[in-house]
Amino acid sequence: MLQVLLLTFSVVTVAHAELCKPDAQNAFKVRLSIKTALGDNAYAWDANEEYLFKAMVAFTMRRYSTKTTTQISNVLLCNVTDRVSFWFVVTDSSKNTTTVPGSEVEAAIRMNRNRINNAFLLSDKTLQFLKISSTLAPPVEPSTPVWLIVFGVVLCLIVAAIVFLVVAGIQQRKKKNKESTERENLEEKGEVTITIENGIPCETLDLKAGHINGVFSADDERFTSL
Amino acid sequence: KHLQERRQDGAAEGSARQQEMEKSRPLWDNPVQFVFACISYAVGLGNVWRFPYLCQMYGGGGFLIPYFIMLIVEGMPLLYMELAVGQRMRQGSIGAWKIISPYLCGVGVASVVVSFFLSMYYNVINAWAFWYLFHSFQDPLPWATCPLNSNRTGYEEECEKTSSTQYFWYRQTLNISPSLEVSGAVQWEQALCLTLAWLVVYLCILRGTESTGKVVYVTASLPYCVLIIYLIRGLTLHGAVNGLIYMFTPKLEQLSNPKTWISAATQIFFSLGLGFGSLIAFASYNEPSNNCERHAIIVSLINSATSIFASIVTFSIYGFKATFNYESCINKVILLLLNAFDLEEGSLTADNLNEMKDYLMATHPQEYAQLLPQLKNCSLEAELDTAVQGTGLAFIVYSEAIKNMEVSQLYSVLYFVMLLMLGIGSMLGNTAAILTPLTDSKVIATRFPKEVISGVVCFINCIIGLIFTMEAGNYWFDIFNDYAATLSLLLIVLVETIAVCYIYGLRRFEKDLHTMIGRKLNWYWKVMWAFASPLLIISLFIFYLTDYILTGTLQYQAWDGTQGQLVTKDYPGYALAVIGLLVASSTMCIPLGALVTFVRKRLKRERVSTVA
Repeated sequence: MLQVLLLTFSVVTVAHAELCKPDAQNAFKVRLSIKTALGDNAYAWDANEEYLFKAMVAFTMRRYSTKTTTQISNVLLCNVTDRVSFWFVVTDSSKNTTTVPGSEVEAAIRMNRNRINNAFLLSDKTLQFLKISSTLAPPVEPSTPVWLIVFGVVLCLIVAAIVFLVVAGIQQRKKKNKESTERENLEEKGEVTITIENGIPCETLDLKAGHINGVFSADDERFTSL
Repeated sequence: KHLQERRQDGAAEGSARQQEMEKSRPLWDNPVQFVFACISYAVGLGNVWRFPYLCQMYGGGGFLIPYFIMLIVEGMPLLYMELAVGQRMRQGSIGAWKIISPYLCGVGVASVVVSFFLSMYYNVINAWAFWYLFHSFQDPLPWATCPLNSNRTGYEEECEKTSSTQYFWYRQTLNISPSLEVSGAVQWEQALCLTLAWLVVYLCILRGTESTGKVVYVTASLPYCVLIIYLIRGLTLHGAVNGLIYMFTPKLEQLSNPKTWISAATQIFFSLGLGFGSLIAFASYNEPSNNCERHAIIVSLINSATSIFASIVTFSIYGFKATFNYESCINKVILLLLNAFDLEEGSLTADNLNEMKDYLMATHPQEYAQLLPQLKNCSLEAELDTAVQGTGLAFIVYSEAIKNMEVSQLYSVLYFVMLLMLGIGSMLGNTAAILTPLTDSKVIATRFPKEVISGVVCFINCIIGLIFTMEAGNYWFDIFNDYAATLSLLLIVLVETIAVCYIYGLRRFEKDLHTMIGRKLNWYWKVMWAFASPLLIISLFIFYLTDYILTGTLQYQAWDGTQGQLVTKDYPGYALAVIGLLVASSTMCIPLGALVTFVRKRLKRERVSTVA
């Protein structure tokens, strides 16, 4: 009895060893970078973590197709290194000697990658399935690009300021023209009551730009010649 | 009746004088506005992106020696001369040189032409700064990561070959074509930003000195605030000290290299913006009794100090970026080795990397040999040695450093606002150089108000500037940047100096300055104007000419998307023709102006003699 048990056990382990080895058919290499991801909160990789991994893979296979009844014992791990990398295969639950095709395993893991990552507190980069490329998350794109919105705001402000300045300039010029035409009309009638100091109306001396004293640049004919 | 006549006479004269005074020159509100305008114009992008490069190439801290010598021999005297001419003649560049000698009106026209070329292409930089500024309001910054390729399994191929910041600049900003011949279409996004940039410039120059005077308060002071913030941030960055030490250790053997001195002279010359007519324009709005000697010294010293200040910031950023890249490189090597040999995480660190490499080579020679081509030799010196200047430094290197900082959006916004202020400040000077002669000329100024003239100039420049928003636009930009202003300016300033000293007469000019400022002219200025500066400019001119002749065909750097790097190509024939046209159109104005005046005088003399 004991001998039979020993024989089956050795056969099973040998079979298992043949199913799961580096570069075996339908086998995948997994690499974890726990210290990179978690730093001081890193957990050690031990048999319990391996058990969790087997459980997650079994869960993934079950979730992928309702037909399969994958057990934890169907998931075989081997060649665990210090890097924390290992190989695994999933054996067929109905027949213990064949492995589930790699494409099925790949599709299953792709579907549930997020759940597996979260179970180990890792991400796509730190929990790598070497032959299974992950679909990268697209960046969040708002409906209108952000830059157009900012551009629109700045453009409106600038255009408003330009319009304001131009209109103010036009109004100022109209007022100045009206004043000067009024004064010219009054002067023509000869009824000017503006205070005149040496031939210059006093208001113009208030102009900031008019610091040039026009009197002294005038011709000398107004003074009697010697 | 006699009294009424007198009063009418007086009134008529009064209205005539009123008209004269209304047309009198607008002035700056106070001398501070003038100094700020000059600083805002002189302190531009060249201080930020050209001086650090020169410092790095020509001996680090030792470069400051030729730089300061050139400042004293060339920079200050020429700046003082331009300001004095503008303040004395109280006209824009065309009018001022016409007063000095009627045969020299060509010099003024040449200045306006060069300023026109400059304003055409310079505002494109502001457009790029706007583009980056608007894109800084995202998390993460768009140049921080590569975009995904079409089936979302990896990153875009071009982005993989080069870095994400270079990809963002060359592909998403410029959408650059592989060579100058392939013009491509106008990029509407860049065209929009260019239009906005011109609208901003129009807003600032709309009312002449009234509006410009207020704007320069902001454009002159804001860059300093940002530089100080960046200095504090830069010095506290990890690895900044590496950059500072590497760059500032003087390599005094470079002083024996003539290129060092020539670069120092060229940098001082172009950094102060001499010869464009902007300084003359700004000074013409001064009160006649303004002390422009003091202001010239202040502006040139502040300009040089800003260059050095900006290079401290730039070197600390360089050091940070180089250290970051070096450490990433080391980490990549470590990861590669860890994965290949399945070693425990943390067993390989930067310190024991070399020993472990030897150990692995000894224990697993075959696998190590297989891995060897992928193992890069990481070197901090090599990272620090990458010297960049120009738009590459401003938009690629800085944005790469910014994306690695915390709160990168804030620093990005600050940085591009600073670039905008520097660029707009310089644009104000350029447009002033074009507009002042236009508003001075009676022909145009009487018919159109100031706003219309400014608007037309901005509009024409904007339309022409659309060339630089095409796919090949950056190549045309480089042509304009390298050739539009260099030779012409040297010639213009040379003619200016000779005109003031020998045609107008140094004694007469000295007397004018004495009336204006009230102090006797120091012998130092006289010696510099008469001998030192002209000799220096002549030697620079000869150097540039021999350089152009010796290099034979002119070449440019084109971006090759398939390789992900720049390649050197020759300019096609029509590009060389454009370069020749650019240089000729401004330099030919000087002799043409003299010729036209000569012919006109001859004709007038003949007409007078026939009448008499």
